[in-house]
Amino acid sequence: MAAYRCSSPVWLFILCSFSVFIIAGSEETPVAQEQHANVPDNPQTAAETAEQTEKETGGAEERRWEGTEVRDAATQKQAEPVVLQSTPRPKDDFQEELVVRPLHSGDIYASFQFRTLWETDFMRGNKVSHYRLFPKSLGQVISKFSVRELHISFTQGYWRTMQWGQPYLPSPPGAELWVWFQDSVTDVDATWKELTNVLSGIFCASLNFIDSTNTVQPSASFKPLGIGNVTDHRFLRYATLPREIVCTENLTPWKKLLPCGSKAGLAVLLKSEKLFHSSFHSQAVHIRPVCQDWQCKTTSWELRQTLNVVFDLHNSGQGKREWSLFKMFSRTLTEACPLASSSKIYIDITDNPEGEHFELSPATSLLSQAMVLGDRRTFSVYDLTQQDTFGSVRSLNLLIRWKSTEGDMLRPLLHAERYVAGYGLQTGEIHTLMYNNHPYRSFPVLLLDSVPWYLRLYIHTLTVTSKGKDNKPSYIHYQPSKDRVRPHLLEMLVQLPPNSVTEVTVQFERALLKWTEYTPDPNHGFYVGSSVISSLVPSTVAMDTNSTQERPLFSSFFPCKEESSYFVRVYTEPLLVNLPTPDFSMPYNVICLTCTVVAVGYGSLYNLLTRSFQIEEPSPGLAKRIANVIRKMRGVPPL
Amino acid sequence: MATTEVERRRGQLAALSIAAVVIIVGVPLWWRTTETYRAWLPVSQIKELAKLQLQLSADVEVVFARGTVTPEQQKKVPLTQTQEEEHAIDEDTALRYRYETRYRTATIMEEDALNQPTAAEADLSLHTLSESPCGSLVVYVIPVSSSLLPEDVNVYIGQRRTALLRIGPQMRVGKTLEQLLAHLEPRIKQVLQVMSFSHTDITAALSDRVRFSPDNKESIADSMRAFKSSPGYEITFSLLNPDPKSHQLHWDIEGAVETYIQPLLTKLSPVANFSIDSQTLYYAMLGVNPRFDASRSAYTLNADSLAHVINPVEARLGSNAASSNPVLNFLLYVPDAHHSPLYIQGRKKQEVPSNAFHSPRWGGIMVYNVNGFYGSKTDFPVDININMAKVMGVFLAQLRLLLGVQSSTPPPGFLVAPCGSTGLADWELDRLMWSRSVENIATATTTITSLAQLLDQIGNIVINDNIAQQVSSAVTSLQLAVAELEAGNLGFALQYSKEAILASEKAFFDPSLLHLLYFPDDQKFAIYIPLFLPMCVPILLSLLKIVSEARQRRRDRKAKND
Repeated sequence: MAAYRCSSPVWLFILCSFSVFIIAGSEETPVAQEQHANVPDNPQTAAETAEQTEKETGGAEERRWEGTEVRDAATQKQAEPVVLQSTPRPKDDFQEELVVRPLHSGDIYASFQFRTLWETDFMRGNKVSHYRLFPKSLGQVISKFSVRELHISFTQGYWRTMQWGQPYLPSPPGAELWVWFQDSVTDVDATWKELTNVLSGIFCASLNFIDSTNTVQPSASFKPLGIGNVTDHRFLRYATLPREIVCTENLTPWKKLLPCGSKAGLAVLLKSEKLFHSSFHSQAVHIRPVCQDWQCKTTSWELRQTLNVVFDLHNSGQGKREWSLFKMFSRTLTEACPLASSSKIYIDITDNPEGEHFELSPATSLLSQAMVLGDRRTFSVYDLTQQDTFGSVRSLNLLIRWKSTEGDMLRPLLHAERYVAGYGLQTGEIHTLMYNNHPYRSFPVLLLDSVPWYLRLYIHTLTVTSKGKDNKPSYIHYQPSKDRVRPHLLEMLVQLPPNSVTEVTVQFERALLKWTEYTPDPNHGFYVGSSVISSLVPSTVAMDTNSTQERPLFSSFFPCKEESSYFVRVYTEPLLVNLPTPDFSMPYNVICLTCTVVAVGYGSLYNLLTRSFQIEEPSPGLAKRIANVIRKMRGVPPL
Repeated sequence: MATTEVERRRGQLAALSIAAVVIIVGVPLWWRTTETYRAWLPVSQIKELAKLQLQLSADVEVVFARGTVTPEQQKKVPLTQTQEEEHAIDEDTALRYRYETRYRTATIMEEDALNQPTAAEADLSLHTLSESPCGSLVVYVIPVSSSLLPEDVNVYIGQRRTALLRIGPQMRVGKTLEQLLAHLEPRIKQVLQVMSFSHTDITAALSDRVRFSPDNKESIADSMRAFKSSPGYEITFSLLNPDPKSHQLHWDIEGAVETYIQPLLTKLSPVANFSIDSQTLYYAMLGVNPRFDASRSAYTLNADSLAHVINPVEARLGSNAASSNPVLNFLLYVPDAHHSPLYIQGRKKQEVPSNAFHSPRWGGIMVYNVNGFYGSKTDFPVDININMAKVMGVFLAQLRLLLGVQSSTPPPGFLVAPCGSTGLADWELDRLMWSRSVENIATATTTITSLAQLLDQIGNIVINDNIAQQVSSAVTSLQLAVAELEAGNLGFALQYSKEAILASEKAFFDPSLLHLLYFPDDQKFAIYIPLFLPMCVPILLSLLKIVSEARQRRRDRKAKND
């Protein structure tokens, strides 16, 4: 039974955050108008940013910035009628993008995003079956299973938030799948089961292992990211497979979904032997409905394929601190995908405004600024659709050479850890630590924990402490498990005090499984999926999911309203828990032993019952018997 | 001495009673607890189905127009004749064709219709007069002098279920009705062969049940071309653009499907469900490098190499995620700018005029050359609008072939009306439905009998109630389908045969059948021996001892009596 405690504070909180959005929205200055400003990065609030930009306008450098949205829109408008005369305007659009961020640890973070927008209407029930850029297999899945939103990610390795900062798109180790179904679906569980089987076929992954024992319906943590006001979590399913191993067989079908495949554009860099020789690899597919324009008159489907890699070049490179596209991917770029309306490479040079830390070649004069994760970042932009990007050699090989090694990273404001404590194989304790590194602001976080049924949580032992004091969650949604049917689901809204560690502990008992329920390697342990910490509930307002704004793709996935509060999702480590493991030859041994005991008991009883005991005359001695045999042979009567 | 005898007696009784308990209680208990659940199957009915006796009944109405029968002949009509034909295909399968021919004279309205200037108009107005049911035929016998048909044409086959038959010139008025009917009979049969089922079609449809000796390659290729009967088909149109840098292709597939394909599929909807989709694949290459032919300054693909063309493309076509019906692929390949124009060369080194080919039970490929669009100045990319009428003409012809419509050419003297806007004449649909129902029945009986055989052979398989239910429903639908075929209700027969095939496949492929399939005997013995051996050996030994003692005593008694 779901226990709703203190649900009214939640609504209060949501209401409050809305009002904050509205106030902040009116103060916000559009990014595009600040073309002349060069803003150093620091953790700032909206007010501070505004101040600083005002201060620095005087000493602003003259640099050429990326074409503004206004001008682009104007040129598009001029071009459009001409196009319309010859051919119908295509109803779909494809963009590709690569962001490279040198990390402070010396690693390189490369994030690919491919976005296909398709102006169509699945919602209204008319069957769409003609595909151009949108992959047919996914389109069929969406229309057959009445999917509103689909998010699937495959990750190998764990994102080290403390060393690397926040990723553009977080994902837990293993496979994660969450789907919002349309409210026309009557039997959500059956549809979900069928959908996971079909997806496991499409992505060559073992998603078919998703069943009711690892599926939950979060009430607050996973809100729809596209348009639509459905917040009834009966239509949401969330499942993770922390054990899933990601490899080339998952990458190949993922690449097949791209219109250019791996033949042209940025996707030529996706060579599996390099991509999987990395510290972190995550590939994802996100499908959601978005608005085509400000008024949201027309809707379209957005398919985002993302691939994030962290290369450990510093440690494996031969003493030299430099990297290039060729070194990372064993390929250079020669062309953009001809079907892409935009094809860009962004290099994060925020920490290197004067070129003091590293040197980038070939140099570009095109710069862009974007708000990413509450931070204003500056990027060098390489537009692959422009022929002069490739230079005279007709190939682009970006090169970064480090000059100095110092430089410190801002500690991420929010990060989390988790571990299992305790000894023995009977009980244990799960500890989840959430760090708020903000010096003076406290903020609420939503913690989602989905624990398999074979760890029996003692929910009365749940404690939340920060700074040594009890921290009472303002909202708890707990759904107890049922053995072999469903997992535990624990969702809490916790306020994290500034500059503090909040610890959530809960004790559990390890269940004894049936012998067929153990995995083939039971002594390896059993995985428990990551906890999900979402630090702001995303609103479902349609305004921010429109796509007319010319923003870089990586900055526009999660809807965010103001600069001071942005949406972050943090995944903790998955847990590996040992369960009491029997000796698997035991059933046969038990059968043999019991059979033997029964047989011995039965045998003696049988003897007692059937044998008649009588005194037997002593048998003749051995010598006498031999003598008798000899006498018999001689034909003489025996003794 | 007496006490030991009593003691021995008691021991024997104890041993006997223990053996009795083991046999009466132990063995049934063991049997019951280790038994696999096997629901009841209609085995006897399945055995009956294994011996298939199919009867196909067709109703033919022969209408004599004015001037073909004399008044005294006219008095004898209407009359009904029944003809039967029997073929034994193999020891288990037999076919019987039953034609019920009714002869009558034309009504006044029909006479009016037959006086139309052209055969096509006559056909249309005859159709509006009366609609003949599915699977039946109406043959109008018209006089020699009729101007409806051209000189060299004796039979006109309309778009519906009617045919016009010109009476032979030697049949002057004055012969008896019997002679007239004898003259007409072979010709009506010929019409039937074309418009309804023919023996070759039906035997080809039975290929699932009956293994034919391959007599000639041509007929095998013909029978292999069409897709197997299935309750549904997925039709996928793919536009292959290997060179998106040079060509920006636009095809109005939605409009083309609506105008060309959908009418045909609507007409075919009693036979199967169809779903259509389309996709565009970029950078999709053919598996063969075309050869440059300097004499024509064009690239050519040989007929021999066509077999290798599809493989690399097929990996990207993708299977339908949403259903498991067979997929018909139609690919439109636009060769890249460097390999253009591209022509397909037939076996005799001549160009294939349609520049297309099809692969049996897979689909069709058409090569669409666009170098005509390049113009004088070649600034790539070139915007190209594909002429869908041309493409769909080819695909429609291939679709008809792959679905098994129209497989025989009409005999000389026959004129077949062009198949109108729907792309399919009524009688063609009937033909397809005949062979599809027979094929479905053949497939379903094979599936059910082999399932029954399998379940009979392997005793370890659990038969759940739902499987038994599927099997029974398949058997019932099969019996109904056979009965409806016998009665000549083609529509119902096809419907039941589809239900039968669905139920039988569902039963055959049910995953629960596999659960206990692997439970080998050696493992069973390994578990039973530790218990059964120590228990059974003393019982058997004491029983043997008792028996031998009893025999000994009897022998003693006999010796004493003697």
